Amino acid sequence: MSEEPRFTLDGRTVPFQDGQTIMAAALAAGIYIPHLCFNPEFTPHGSCRVCLVKVNGRMQASCTTPAAAGQVVQSEIDEVREIRRGLLQMLFVEGNHVCPACEKSGACQLQAVAYYVGMLAPHYTHFYPRRPVDASHPDALIDFNRCILCELCVRASREVDGKNVFAVQGRGIKAHLVVNTPSGKLGATDFSLSDKAAQVCPTGTILSKHSGYEIPIGQRLYDRKPINVVGDVAALAVSKGGRRHD
Amino acid sequence: MAESSTLAQTIRDIVQRHQKLPTRLLQILREVQDRLTWLSTEAINVVAEELGISPAKVRSVAEFYSFLYTAPRGSYDILFSDNITDRMLGNRELLHYLADRLGVAINGTRADGRVSVGTTSCTGMCDQGPAALVNGYALTRLTKPRLDRIVELVNAKTPLEQWPREFFEVVSNIRRADILLGRHFADGAALRAVLKRGPEAILEEMVKSGLRGQGGAGFKSAAKWQSCRNAPGEVKYVVCNADEGEPGTFKDRVLMQDYADLVFEGMTVCGRVIGARQGFVYLRGEYRYMVDALKATLQRRREAGLLGAAILGDASFEFDIDIHLGAGAYVCGEESALIESLEGKHGVPRIRPPFPTTHGYLNKPTVVNNVETFASAAKIAVEGGNWFASRGTAESKGTKLLSLSGDCERPGIYEYPFGVTVRQVLEDCGARDAQGIQMAGPAGHMISAKLFDRRICFEDLATGGSFMVFDQRRDILDGIRNFAHFFVHESCGFCTPCRVGTSLMRDLVDKVHTGHGTRADLEEMRKLGQIMRVASHCGLGQTAPNPVLDSLDQFPESYERRLRSTAFEPAFDMNAALEQARWLTGRTDPDAYLDEEILSRAMP
Repeated sequence: MSEEPRFTLDGRTVPFQDGQTIMAAALAAGIYIPHLCFNPEFTPHGSCRVCLVKVNGRMQASCTTPAAAGQVVQSEIDEVREIRRGLLQMLFVEGNHVCPACEKSGACQLQAVAYYVGMLAPHYTHFYPRRPVDASHPDALIDFNRCILCELCVRASREVDGKNVFAVQGRGIKAHLVVNTPSGKLGATDFSLSDKAAQVCPTGTILSKHSGYEIPIGQRLYDRKPINVVGDVAALAVSKGGRRHD
Repeated sequence: MAESSTLAQTIRDIVQRHQKLPTRLLQILREVQDRLTWLSTEAINVVAEELGISPAKVRSVAEFYSFLYTAPRGSYDILFSDNITDRMLGNRELLHYLADRLGVAINGTRADGRVSVGTTSCTGMCDQGPAALVNGYALTRLTKPRLDRIVELVNAKTPLEQWPREFFEVVSNIRRADILLGRHFADGAALRAVLKRGPEAILEEMVKSGLRGQGGAGFKSAAKWQSCRNAPGEVKYVVCNADEGEPGTFKDRVLMQDYADLVFEGMTVCGRVIGARQGFVYLRGEYRYMVDALKATLQRRREAGLLGAAILGDASFEFDIDIHLGAGAYVCGEESALIESLEGKHGVPRIRPPFPTTHGYLNKPTVVNNVETFASAAKIAVEGGNWFASRGTAESKGTKLLSLSGDCERPGIYEYPFGVTVRQVLEDCGARDAQGIQMAGPAGHMISAKLFDRRICFEDLATGGSFMVFDQRRDILDGIRNFAHFFVHESCGFCTPCRVGTSLMRDLVDKVHTGHGTRADLEEMRKLGQIMRVASHCGLGQTAPNPVLDSLDQFPESYERRLRSTAFEPAFDMNAALEQARWLTGRTDPDAYLDEEILSRAMP
């Protein structure tokens, strides 16, 4: 009974505690599984599907699948990488992502994961949706073109900030992020750049005004080291090129 | 000012009637819309304020369901059922005819606000189409003369109650009955059995019966009931999934219309077995026409001591049933999405585990079963598990209701023991010239003639009951395209592969259908379909590529005869893109054209 339960991940033995997901156990063991809507500080969401792994021969989202003793988990195999690449390409064509001009380029989790899974081009036909930018707030700007519907800002604002600033509305391909005010404008909320919700976006949807491009492109977080080495931008302090306020 | 205070009062009265319960939000919004024709921002804000929840939350529900409108809509809202079976019966021509005669654009509202005309997903009237809904009430067997009459009624502002009753007549078309539909059932018989023999004995009969989920997933019903019975907690729930959204299925409609007592009795037996005192029927919005009759049946059962407090005079036997109406969302047929909807939220499937049997409605242990499953359970309680298991195959006991539609002489409901061959069914319904079957709806499988000897059972062809016949005259790709558009409309939007993948798949099918596809596009469909199948969060996205993937294998010629010979064609049509510029500049010289053919037409 003293023996800690284990599963294998790409041949490596990973110990886990009862109730832990495959993702949580892998993270604790220092093994990177690419992900976007998952953030260890929040309840798993399971919507982006990028953290898909093969569990005993079946594809499962590692962020929501409980670890079990003896599981054989495969992550870095061609079959899984190909699906992840397809999912990333879907996210890139669904919105409007103009990496070369984006303030978050090089410190963007979406872009870094895309590189990690070997995505070189969006492949699919672009949807080019029309999504107006919201610049009504004195300190922050929301560029809905870059939203991937991970709902991390929704969760952070509700669970940590207690402000409930964001929500997702609409069905299917019409699903979209909204600001929870009668006018739908961020300026009408008590949102602040020090909110947790301002620090968790894995893309460049929520941006701060009055400063930009302080670190030149080419010298940013993921320009120097890949995401599997340095981790998520939301988990790293601002002083280390991340978004987290200390 | 007076107007807005009336609006607020109307809404306050409705919310009050629902005890200000946020779990009633969907029902509240339905009623508010019935009064106001659409849900304005003002209406949404009042509902939010009265319920003490955020306006964004109310709007997220309002925007999720197809039958709720956040933009103005006509007093008469007419939606044509747009399943492929309706199309086979000529619904598109009727749709255009009606829109023309009413002077309204399709998917638009007439300037005077009187009427809107549009389309909706299958309304479950495939055996008596072309069908439509008017303000949510089912219209069947539409013809041009009938539409002419409807135009007059709309223009004369005649209330729906005064429209000819035959327009709303829904017939059952039971063509073949077996143990479920054919055998007499005395009301209360199953309740007496469970009282006399006890919950354990009835559960034992359920195990012996081998009954599996008749919605199509095939999970052992006894295991579900047992798990819920064993789950800790004082409060438990029984939910009947009557959200029969799979295009081509209408057997639950017939059961709810003609066999409601049997279904309610099955739910009550389940309540006794698992220890629940409250049940819900989640009835799809398309079936609102039967709500009053169902409520009357429930009331009759209460008065007869078959429902409510002290059932059959036993003070310890308490169970009641409430009807909850959906509002146009196929995804709510998935049991965890259905529970979310029942709680008054938008219908996004939950992460599983935990499963509803331990964490269901309001996080309490809940059994969710299909209508047909509850009806079968009531019979099993009376007749015994062995009786039921004597029909069917080794792994699929009992019988299955099939909803037959499409190209056959006798569409309707057919009850067969599991194991019947496709060929037998085709013979019985008078489908002489079938080239293919869409089995179990768009989420199921496409079967070509060389597979007609396969059997309908969980070991071979599992089905929830939809059975759409395509004869030799039909173009299979018309069906595939209809299904691809259906899934775009019905995806809930939660996960990436379904939200984006359904749109990408639709675009690829459209591209091939309109003659712009190449072999590379077919390969692309397979790859995309595979991602959707393995990566989607719930069954909707996992099965959405089925029609395309199946037909690529079973009916390759439907695609190939439309392909361009080139290896690759861009996703956009260059000539179409240039058309406006050509028109504006008036250019007809050769340099303005890319395509020889267009050039020859423009310059004779």
